Amino acid sequence: MKARYRFLVAVMVLGLLMTGPFMVTLLLVWLDMDQAQHDLLVHLLSSHLPVGVAMTVFGFVIGVLILNKLFKQYVDGLLSMSEKLRLMLGANRNFRVTPEGPPEVQHLARAANDLAQQRDVLLDDVSEQIATAKASVEEEKNRLAALMSELAQAVVVCNLDGRILLYNNRARLQFKALAQGPTSVSGGALIGLGRSIFSILEKNQVQHAEGVVRQRLAAGKTALSNFITALRGGQLLRVQMVPVLSGSERSDRMSGYVLTIENITRNVEEEARRDQVLHTLTEGSRASLGSIRAAVTNLIDYPEMEPEMRERFLGVVGDEVAGMSQRLDRTMVEFSDSIKMRWPLEDILGIDLIAATQRRIEEKLRLPTKTEGLDDALWVKADSFSLVFALLFLASRLQDHYGPRELRLRLSAQGRLAYLDLIWAGPAMSSETFYTWEMESMQVGAEASPLTLRDVIDRHGGEIWYQREKAAHRAYFRFVLPVATPEVEAEQEDNKRGAGRPEYYDFDLFNYEDKSIDLDRRLSELTYTVFDTETTGLQPSDGDEIIQIGAARIVNNRLLRQEVFDQLVDPERPLKPESIPIHGITEDMVRGKPNIDLVLPAFHEFCADTVLIAHNAAFDMRFLQLKEKRTGVRFAAGPRYASAVGGGPSESGVAQAGRYSGASGHRDRHPSQRPGGCPGDGRGIPADGAAAGKDGHRHGASGAGGFREDLLRQGQVLTCPGRWRASFRAAGSWRSRRNWKPSRRSMKRRGLPSGFISSCGTSPRAT
Amino acid sequence: MTKRILIVDDEPNIVISLEFLMKKEGFAVAVANDGDEALAQVASFNPDLLLLDVMMPKKSGFEVCEALRADPERAGLKIVMLTAKGRDTEMAKGLAIGADAYVTKPFSTKELVDKVREMLAV
Repeated sequence: MKARYRFLVAVMVLGLLMTGPFMVTLLLVWLDMDQAQHDLLVHLLSSHLPVGVAMTVFGFVIGVLILNKLFKQYVDGLLSMSEKLRLMLGANRNFRVTPEGPPEVQHLARAANDLAQQRDVLLDDVSEQIATAKASVEEEKNRLAALMSELAQAVVVCNLDGRILLYNNRARLQFKALAQGPTSVSGGALIGLGRSIFSILEKNQVQHAEGVVRQRLAAGKTALSNFITALRGGQLLRVQMVPVLSGSERSDRMSGYVLTIENITRNVEEEARRDQVLHTLTEGSRASLGSIRAAVTNLIDYPEMEPEMRERFLGVVGDEVAGMSQRLDRTMVEFSDSIKMRWPLEDILGIDLIAATQRRIEEKLRLPTKTEGLDDALWVKADSFSLVFALLFLASRLQDHYGPRELRLRLSAQGRLAYLDLIWAGPAMSSETFYTWEMESMQVGAEASPLTLRDVIDRHGGEIWYQREKAAHRAYFRFVLPVATPEVEAEQEDNKRGAGRPEYYDFDLFNYEDKSIDLDRRLSELTYTVFDTETTGLQPSDGDEIIQIGAARIVNNRLLRQEVFDQLVDPERPLKPESIPIHGITEDMVRGKPNIDLVLPAFHEFCADTVLIAHNAAFDMRFLQLKEKRTGVRFAAGPRYASAVGGGPSESGVAQAGRYSGASGHRDRHPSQRPGGCPGDGRGIPADGAAAGKDGHRHGASGAGGFREDLLRQGQVLTCPGRWRASFRAAGSWRSRRNWKPSRRSMKRRGLPSGFISSCGTSPRAT
Repeated sequence: MTKRILIVDDEPNIVISLEFLMKKEGFAVAVANDGDEALAQVASFNPDLLLLDVMMPKKSGFEVCEALRADPERAGLKIVMLTAKGRDTEMAKGLAIGADAYVTKPFSTKELVDKVREMLAV
């Protein structure tokens, strides 16, 4: 019953209580009296009735007022408090009940407030703990990634589908060095987050190894498997696989694997060379020894043989001994590297070694140094620490004895040997002095080494001597060191692409399904390649050519700054002068670059298994399609593309291709007629992605649909569904189809809010 | 009757010693310098024993041995392989394809003579 009705009932009860007893008493008295008494009573009452009624009414009004007051305080007050409590429980956590009304109600309000306070503290505590746990997980991830990137071994982590979810720098460099191709990224394109490891390693071998690991896991043995695989070009890799076990209670469940990859081509070659040495030294000598032994035995056993025969046997001995000596010499020369027992030496760029030496000499001895005749492409095998110290030691000895004003360093190659010269101007020194220096323990100031100069030289399998340049009135010490062929060349690119740890890992890919080519999915769930081209002009059919392709990969909603494609292309025809100010690419920049026949296959490889996205893709696709026949690369068969209109790539995104930053518009017009500025918030696709990448976080708090939402905010997303052919046709005539309205159903299926999207309208199911 | 020995080796320095030695022992000796010549000599000279080198131009000793063993008329021919290939695997191959003995260089001439005598039962 509502409070109002209850109040009315209470008022009625009050009225009855106030009049009821009097009326009943009157009735009883009335029944007990006779006629005369009745008349007397009526007379008495009627004269005093107004006073009685007035008093009763007055009492009743007072009663109602009191009742009303109590009702307001206890019933309405509690009701409104309960409403406020609801508010506190739901919408507004910080809301509190104001204690008012009678003391009992106030007590209740305070108690409720205290409860709310307690709840808040608990909630805060829980969310704080969640945040801490999250942060520590993130930190663990980062630490692991950092460790991985520092490892000297190449490490790749894959999920069970063979998708790469972590790789370290070493792996990247190794595969880059293995890849043979003229374009800047043909190797780097092979390894990448979300890419399949099977593009690099033989699928059957990897799966066999996986099987072995599973068997060993089931049998309770150390779960690991090794295999050796040969790559295109004959390189040999030794691969070790260990499982990544899921953290659940069923700990034998494998959720991925770690591959440690070592390039053993060099080892195998060295092994083969060593075999060859052994072979020449054993079998080669056997035959000669056999001849000598037989001849000598004959000479001894038959002393009475004819002189002519004796001469012939002696001739055999002399001949074979000379042959053996020659063979030994040849072996020593050819295989000296393999025979020597060597200190582990590293490959180091000669000029780096020189620079380190100069720094040390200038710091320690305050002696100016210069360089001359540096071969800056020369790599040497050296233990750089001990070698630099040896040079410093010699410099300090020279300073003490001859006080030269400056020292010079020179580096040159002589066949398989590197000559490192320490040159000074001064008088001749005796060979005894140099011999003493060679054999004493090295010491420079307070720094001492237990090694002698000779030790250092021996450790390098090298040699050192003193020589004069009489004409120039100067002398030098010549260090002879073995030349190295660097296995992996240093990577300069990294520094160019901004600071921060490179994105070599994404553990979320453990659960990443292969959704790459399903255009029915949200854009944020797809792996896609955003690309742009620069061209000599706007008419591919009239012979205009691509001069640059730039592209970035976006996997799991993250832009991978380490995995970009940026390649200038020689169009093999002159550039149009009027186009140069627009793309900023000059003749000099493109001449001598690979032509489109080489670049397109590399680009195809880069964007394999992804959705292509471009600003007005139809334009770029026309250029690509025209080359299909010539290059044998069909973008139709592999990647499909979607087109995002507007929001041109920005500078930070697709390298040079982003010259049109902000100048969004439509390619079909001449670039100079492009309308300036993006609609919407003006953020371009890759720029946005780059921002997300820089933070190393997923884009947006929701974690999904970041790009899409940004594009949607600009009111311009075009997802191009359907089989590639259909989508190409659709996009090809995109301008004419722009006003098509997609069905509400198809948009809902794509998870996109209706009213924001323009779409090709061809549903994938329909094509 | 004088036993006949055919020496097959492309290195004259060892041939000279072997020829001298076998002649001193009273055998009739002929020399072939490669595999093809060896097969021709076997037909014309009709030896009782072959001292056969493995590493030779044209036809290796292994091939010569196999060719001879494939001919049933030559079943009585003794073959001693005389080679610088000293690995167990090669020795096993030599014996497996029908050589009667396998001698690695350098060898003791005395032992070789003893072995030849024993095999020819003289």
